[in-house]
Amino acid sequence: MFKGVFVAFALAAALVGCSSVPLNDVPVEDKSASSVGQPGGPGGAQSNVAPVVTDSAAGTVAGPANVSRLIYFDYDSYVIKPEFQSLIDAHARFMKANPDRRVSIEGHTDERGGREYNLALGQRRAEAVRRALVLLGVADNRLEAVSFGKEKPADPGNDEAAYAKNRRAELVYHR
Amino acid sequence: MNNGAVWRRREMVALLGAAAVPAWAQFRVEVTGVGLTQLPIAIAPFRGDAQSPQKIAAIVQADLERSGQFRAIDAAGAALDEGSRPDVTPWRQKGADSLAVGSVSHLADGRWDVRFRLWDVVRGQDLGGQSYAVAAGDLRLAAHRIADFIYEKLTGEKGVFSTRIAYVTKAGSRYNLWVADSDGENAQSALASGEPIISPAWSANGTQLAYVSFESRKPVVYVHDVATGRRRLVANFRGSNSAPAWSPDGRTLAVTLSRDGGSQLYTISPNGGEPHRLTQSPGIDTEPVYSPDGRSIYFVSDRGGAPQIYRMPATGGNPERVTFTGSYNISPAISPDGRWLAYISRINGAFKLQVMELGSNTVNSITDTTADESPSFAPNGRLIVYATRQNGGEALMTTTLDGKIKARLAGKGGDIREPDWGPFQK
Repeated sequence: MFKGVFVAFALAAALVGCSSVPLNDVPVEDKSASSVGQPGGPGGAQSNVAPVVTDSAAGTVAGPANVSRLIYFDYDSYVIKPEFQSLIDAHARFMKANPDRRVSIEGHTDERGGREYNLALGQRRAEAVRRALVLLGVADNRLEAVSFGKEKPADPGNDEAAYAKNRRAELVYHR
Repeated sequence: MNNGAVWRRREMVALLGAAAVPAWAQFRVEVTGVGLTQLPIAIAPFRGDAQSPQKIAAIVQADLERSGQFRAIDAAGAALDEGSRPDVTPWRQKGADSLAVGSVSHLADGRWDVRFRLWDVVRGQDLGGQSYAVAAGDLRLAAHRIADFIYEKLTGEKGVFSTRIAYVTKAGSRYNLWVADSDGENAQSALASGEPIISPAWSANGTQLAYVSFESRKPVVYVHDVATGRRRLVANFRGSNSAPAWSPDGRTLAVTLSRDGGSQLYTISPNGGEPHRLTQSPGIDTEPVYSPDGRSIYFVSDRGGAPQIYRMPATGGNPERVTFTGSYNISPAISPDGRWLAYISRINGAFKLQVMELGSNTVNSITDTTADESPSFAPNGRLIVYATRQNGGEALMTTTLDGKIKARLAGKGGDIREPDWGPFQK
């Protein structure tokens, strides 16, 4: 139906493309398509957009007690720093002791740069953590590395202190 | 044309050049800068504008000014409509080459009747007119179609004012994907979500948007029919799914997937199904866009050590590097005629919109802002819409390709980003 409206407009537009002529010879052309005003939304406007509202995904479950789920990275780096090795060891032990658990590793970046390129950089961080867990014997099919890029900063500030908190990977447990 | 009119016109150009004043501040479209050759046009107030929910003359004038190709001549107080035969002498004396006149009136069936006529006041010629009977919700569309008619009549090129722009806002923790008029107004929500939405991309026929939604706590690609709200999950593979780009024939989406490890380019049907891998690199390959002829894909890769823009055959194959200046070049957009590449470059820590002429590889930096993102060409190739930060907040801007005329688009409250300019409406 909408297509019909647009076709009618396009046809009418094509008819108008002629040279100028005196006013008396050319009445103002009627460009209204007959189907304008048909149902299709509030007021029958042809430019109507149907709204969709989504819910967020279901919840998560607990991981190992008293162990941080956050691994921080240097600028432009996806190398896991030595001080996070014991944290990753603890998560690997927990995964092996709880075979029903699955874990998403969510990579994040600071706000500098493009959204899609940061998504890819965050993916690299998540995959570095995934590989580290696999090396420690966690089955790869229980792990998923995903990225939020710069979309979900932990700290909304825009100084280096905030950026350092945002360059991170988070481990999120599911059943 | 008399000499006095010519002299006055020069004087006005000089005055406008001296002060980059926001025009139509009440309309929230602020135009800054001045072009070298702008057609002077007077848009008389439309008879009935005061009673209309949309001020037709103001919308038409703001459209034409934003294009950078027109300069508005004051027409306040003129009492004319499409049936008038205007005395052209005073308009010539004001420096106008053209005059648009019209009316808007409420019909008995509840719709609105919008009529206009365009005059060449130098030659005293009627350049034609149109009328539209529209629902109140389409009054702005009628005004944009009038601006398109005037633009095409006087420049010989198609206008883009009746096209649509998609963009994303974040207000608090709520994200919205909007479909708006080309001036950013009249925004209607296509998707509201508690999780981020990025990278909207219009299909070639302007009916569908592909985008990345994080509603399932990971990035997945949807295709969404905006008129009906029907949407389908196109890419939800293990890992991240992002950066959708439509082929010009609408049959294929190029996407970035990490399902095989690393961010790599794939093609997939817009109906979903099994993806076909396009690139094999140890690094990041992302942000694909098709050339207008559908034969090539431009994309970003860090295979050379830093992100640069490359081009390869749309079916995959050997990439050739396109950008050579600087160490961070991302977010390619190609003009509809294939002549221009717009992209974002990091220069001394600032993210700047660049325009490269692909034939000569000449690059121009065309903004004075420092956090530019996501350029997208208007379907006639004359304007680029992009996101940036201005006065501490996110903003959407349009610019001419030479950077001389910029306009800040209206938008819903909150942060505003990720614009994509839709095609001509069929």
